[in-house]
Amino acid sequence: MLATMLAVSFIVFAALEHNIEDVATHVLGQFATSDQRHSWLRENGYFDPFLVRYLRWLYGFVSGNWGVSTHFKEPVRALIADYLWQSALLAGLSLLLMVPLALALGVLAGMREGSLLDRAISILSIATTSIPQFASAVFLSVVFVFWLGLLPGASAMTSGFEWKEMVMPVMVLTLAGAGYLARMTRASMVEVMASPYIRTAQMKGASFARIVLRHALRNALVAPVTVIMLYIPWLLSNVIVVEAYFGYRGFGTLIYTASLQHDVYLIEAGTMVAVIAVVGTQLLSDLANVWLNPRVDFATPVSTKATL
Amino acid sequence: MRLLAAALRSPAAVLGLAIVAVFLFVSLFAPFIAPYDPLKTIAPLQLPGASAPDGGHFWLGTDLLGRDILSRMIYGTRTVLLWSTIATAAAFAAGVLAGLLAGYFQGVTDTVMSFLANTLLSFPVMVLYIIIITSFGASGTNIVVAVGFGSAPVVFRITRALVMDVRERDYVAAAITQGESHLAVMLREILPNVTTPLIADLCLRLGYTAITIGVLGFLGLGLPPPTPDWGSMAAEGKAMAIAFPHMVIFPCVAISLLMLGLSLLSDGLREAAKRQVRT
Repeated sequence: MLATMLAVSFIVFAALEHNIEDVATHVLGQFATSDQRHSWLRENGYFDPFLVRYLRWLYGFVSGNWGVSTHFKEPVRALIADYLWQSALLAGLSLLLMVPLALALGVLAGMREGSLLDRAISILSIATTSIPQFASAVFLSVVFVFWLGLLPGASAMTSGFEWKEMVMPVMVLTLAGAGYLARMTRASMVEVMASPYIRTAQMKGASFARIVLRHALRNALVAPVTVIMLYIPWLLSNVIVVEAYFGYRGFGTLIYTASLQHDVYLIEAGTMVAVIAVVGTQLLSDLANVWLNPRVDFATPVSTKATL
Repeated sequence: MRLLAAALRSPAAVLGLAIVAVFLFVSLFAPFIAPYDPLKTIAPLQLPGASAPDGGHFWLGTDLLGRDILSRMIYGTRTVLLWSTIATAAAFAAGVLAGLLAGYFQGVTDTVMSFLANTLLSFPVMVLYIIIITSFGASGTNIVVAVGFGSAPVVFRITRALVMDVRERDYVAAAITQGESHLAVMLREILPNVTTPLIADLCLRLGYTAITIGVLGFLGLGLPPPTPDWGSMAAEGKAMAIAFPHMVIFPCVAISLLMLGLSLLSDGLREAAKRQVRT
């Protein structure tokens, strides 16, 4: 895992700083003369060998010295902390809404495979997962902002935090993510309901509600719960579109702006933070799987089985 | 083919295939179906159903630059299907090849390739796409590269797992004992036995790629204008969405329908493949 992180950091650094002329242009702006660029490069040690520069940068990153953003003119670390917090709020709220909703729908659909309720929920979840976020953002905006006029169409939070502005982005993310989790839960529930111990419970005359609640639920939820962890990388990817659409000032907007402005240091640190989050959640998800399911084999981590 | 026939016993899969077929038809015959030239300025900001100067109708209205939205949608189908097919094919070629090699030879080959795949998979995909496209510029080729880096590792993992399973079968051992070359064993014995699950994934991934192209277009990182493409059409109309929602709604409906069709089809294929294994 540490090796993966090192490889990632090397790729990121090589992609963004292999051409030092480009770095100087991005940092000093297009109108700097080549002499200015040259002296800036010399002052900042850019004429050292590539490996030396990489190790210096890596040391800087590990020790928390992430440089200054050329676009925002602020220290990168403060920027990322600030924007990441905004995204965490957005992602946290959607997870809080999405998880109970998806688990409930999945269990309802999976407890009687092939029933009318199962069909309806399955169709609904396929349909919602098929709609890309920018499209559902558009649809919801048209309904709630354009027709009903209930909610604001942008979430820039220019005049302080506003709950009303959170509703639309949270709704879009929840809609997009709930379908997949519901389908996972349904599949897991169907499998459990077909297992011999459920038949035993039925033959003993236990009521349907008791079978579902007491016997099936616990085992059916192992797989979905371990997958929830993998939603964090998924959210990191998907907040970009949603945040860009609603103008929400979060991590996604930050990375997007940084890329468009070629803000080298901000992209480097931002990507590294994103990767750390992904690798960290994969580890947590593996641990959760081991903890919830004692039969698990340690050789194949869940993160390799389920890919969102 | 037998798989497709088996899949089509489910009505959902038939619906999926029908949706995909309609899009395919539209993209193939775009010049005959489209009422107007998708790049020509006719009359700006007409609402859906407005009559055109030549006596026809703008069934879906026109955009800011006065181009017929229906015609742009029809030609956009072409762009989306063409580029998602190319990008998905590239990702599959790379992923299946690497997965075949890693699953067959195992050992060091597998360790190296799995490490590479894991490294690529630790980037959140959208971050990977945005960085690739912004540093190399927005073009069709770069979309193919970005999607390749994003999807190939996933395809690799699926293929590798399937190959590892098939490799332990007796018929593979028999072929190796007969003295057949590695290449022959991989292509004749293993590959045909792993294609079924891969085809179901291919359908789904085609949809994901179409969405990716849509998203990139929407973020202004897609194919350069004036190529008609659903994502960038939605982006262009976004600023005016409150007053003229018709400019954004139709491209969004189109991409959602395409994805729905592909996921229904993929579901049907996967179920059919499961049934085939059982029987």
